Amino acid sequence: MEYWLPIIYMFIMGLALLIYVMLDGYDLGVGMLLPAASDEEKDTMVASIGPFWDANETWIVLGIGVLLIAFPKAYGLVLTALYIPVTIMIIGLILRGVAFDMRVKAGDHHKHLWNRAFFAGSLTASASQGWMLGAYVTGLDSSPLSLLFAALIALTLPALYIMLGAAWLLIKTEGALFNKALHWARLALLPMGLGLLLVSIATPIVSSVIAAKWFQLPNIIGLLPIPFSCLLIYFGMSWLLSKPAWLRVGNSWVLFTGLAAICTLATLGLAYSIFPDIIIGEMNIWEASASVNSLLFTLVGVVITLPLILWYTFFVYRVFRGKATTLSYE
Amino acid sequence: MLDPLLLARLQFAANISFHILFPAITIGLSWLLLYFRVRFTLSNDKLWEHAYHFWVKIFALSFAVGVVSGLTMSFQFGTNWPGFMETVGNIAGPLLGYEVLTAFFMEASFLGIMLFGKNLVSNRVHLISTFLVALGTTLSAFWILSLNSWMQTPTGHFIENGEFFVKSWPEVIFNPSMPYRLTHMLIASLLTSAFLVAGISAWRALRGVDGPGTWKVMRTGVVLAAILAPVQILVGDLHGLHTLHHQPAKIAAVEAIWETERNVPLVLFGIPDEEAHTTHFAIEIPSAASLILTHSSDGELKGLNEFADAHPPVAPVFWAFRIMVGIGMLMLAVSWWASWSLRGDRQPGRPLLYALSWMTFSGWVGVLSGWYVTEVGRQPWIVNGLVRVADIVADHSGGVMLATFLTYLVLYIFLLVAYIAALRYLSTKPAASLALSPGYTGQKPAVNL
Repeated sequence: MEYWLPIIYMFIMGLALLIYVMLDGYDLGVGMLLPAASDEEKDTMVASIGPFWDANETWIVLGIGVLLIAFPKAYGLVLTALYIPVTIMIIGLILRGVAFDMRVKAGDHHKHLWNRAFFAGSLTASASQGWMLGAYVTGLDSSPLSLLFAALIALTLPALYIMLGAAWLLIKTEGALFNKALHWARLALLPMGLGLLLVSIATPIVSSVIAAKWFQLPNIIGLLPIPFSCLLIYFGMSWLLSKPAWLRVGNSWVLFTGLAAICTLATLGLAYSIFPDIIIGEMNIWEASASVNSLLFTLVGVVITLPLILWYTFFVYRVFRGKATTLSYE
Repeated sequence: MLDPLLLARLQFAANISFHILFPAITIGLSWLLLYFRVRFTLSNDKLWEHAYHFWVKIFALSFAVGVVSGLTMSFQFGTNWPGFMETVGNIAGPLLGYEVLTAFFMEASFLGIMLFGKNLVSNRVHLISTFLVALGTTLSAFWILSLNSWMQTPTGHFIENGEFFVKSWPEVIFNPSMPYRLTHMLIASLLTSAFLVAGISAWRALRGVDGPGTWKVMRTGVVLAAILAPVQILVGDLHGLHTLHHQPAKIAAVEAIWETERNVPLVLFGIPDEEAHTTHFAIEIPSAASLILTHSSDGELKGLNEFADAHPPVAPVFWAFRIMVGIGMLMLAVSWWASWSLRGDRQPGRPLLYALSWMTFSGWVGVLSGWYVTEVGRQPWIVNGLVRVADIVADHSGGVMLATFLTYLVLYIFLLVAYIAALRYLSTKPAASLALSPGYTGQKPAVNL
């Protein structure tokens, strides 16, 4: 038990954060794309994420919640080290969430202001999340090289989110907005790919711990499928983006699935690189973990509620399937 | 000058004060909305549906602000108070975890259906969704108040090498002050939303943008408040008696009792002076505090002298308590006056409409001052009698803390102004424009459970 519980919780934390990146990733991506759309299109874009964004955002609360529940000793260390980016992210998420409601409820003459807040909130939240991820991978180091690495991910993650947002819009919209989303996806694909490539190259350079884990036989052979699958998916998506007719007839989900697969592969790679540490090179999951009693008590709740959560999340997505029109309280 | 502890506390106080304003509305309002929905389903009276449609917009806005400001908390426990999870993580972690698992996901997911899915699901599924959102807000209150109460009256744990472990989960969750605090807060939230709906309805009537539905809503709010205000006063009294037993220092600060004595007078008003250990200009009722708190006029009450450096600052607790009680009495008076005036199908006079609109946000004042009594009253402890706030604070520089504090403060003031402006804007729309859209096709529900 003492051995397995922290591993189970690390898995749950990874799963929650992966789902967060895929789901709130598209919300934030749509938010960042907002300025590129016409006023009417903005309404449709916001409508497409309307019923979902709140629940999507909850996954980061679960992710950070698991860190807090299972690894209380790491929780304080990680968050105090990331004080500034966390503060910026929170302010970004507050602005985004409030703007969502305010843009339609504060009166028409204020709408453009809240649209801008929506965009600014989405952008700062995405970039600071990237920064936090980068700082985490370097083991919360603050040398210039590590900061540069964090900055690189702070640029890459928004690109990935924009790509997810565009893919989401390809599923949920039609007509002129669909064409625009296709254009945005084509524009975002290369920066996202380059960013991910650079991050992959830079990771073993900034972290000797990770380099040691990657470049040893026979592990490296087991790891190779990750970058190769990513490359394959990347070029697959690039090819799909040149087939708008095929995408238009209800096949856009393939594109979104490709992105989700890249996110999953990246998470697997990250998990391999970190495990069994919770703070790389400083503290492992067993040192940071809460008492067995507390972990078991919470696990009962996780086992009961997580399947339910996944079921009703699926249910909500099924209720709101199909193309988004305008958001109505009717 | 820039004391990081004080700044960390100010920052957390700003966040949590801003945050609680919105759950205080949504917990109560979610049940009111369910009531509107059920009334509509049972009677098919469109006025209830109008009421639902109007208030669900305000609910959604309040909910969104509540969610995003609550998100701040889950990070700020770590950024400001890393020592908290390091010492009591075994207790606080699971309680917060259960809040996320049983409440946050449920309310956030079904909120989508409640707000935007009315024509996409059957009436039954929509009713269930509305119920689950209300249940979620209440479960969330259950877990967070359980944790807060444990910090006030810790039980069910043991301490080893400075770290807390759980001996009995039922004792942790249902710790002594939890039933009182939960009941007090749930009623507070219902009162807050009752005065909000009555106040905004009255304001709409004064502006001449009301419709028949407005009256139904106003009456609902007024009657609910008239029933709950006296119950709340009773529950608050029980809560106070209980606190005397578990946290006598808090009561000593509330009543400004400087020295332990018998025949303690009840200080109605006065200016507590902590340095001189006296209350200036005190207006007192002889022996009344002893009588209320010990049910005997010569009962002994512990004074602040018993607690040396371990008692809360007197003035804020003293004042916050009096504001809370004052608001409670005012709520009782106004709700009874209003219920009497609206009995049968009588129309209210303008003075009553003005009084109700002035009381729109009275719940906020009550909730905030009540929480200041309980939270400032817990100082200097984070876990009463066991862990001091000063021992769990992060060692950020004062400058950084000040900068982020001011940023949060500006953001919150801006959002509060925007929120109230949005309520005003939504309330100014004439009732006619809130009618159900003519385009309602009554299409078959597409999805069922």
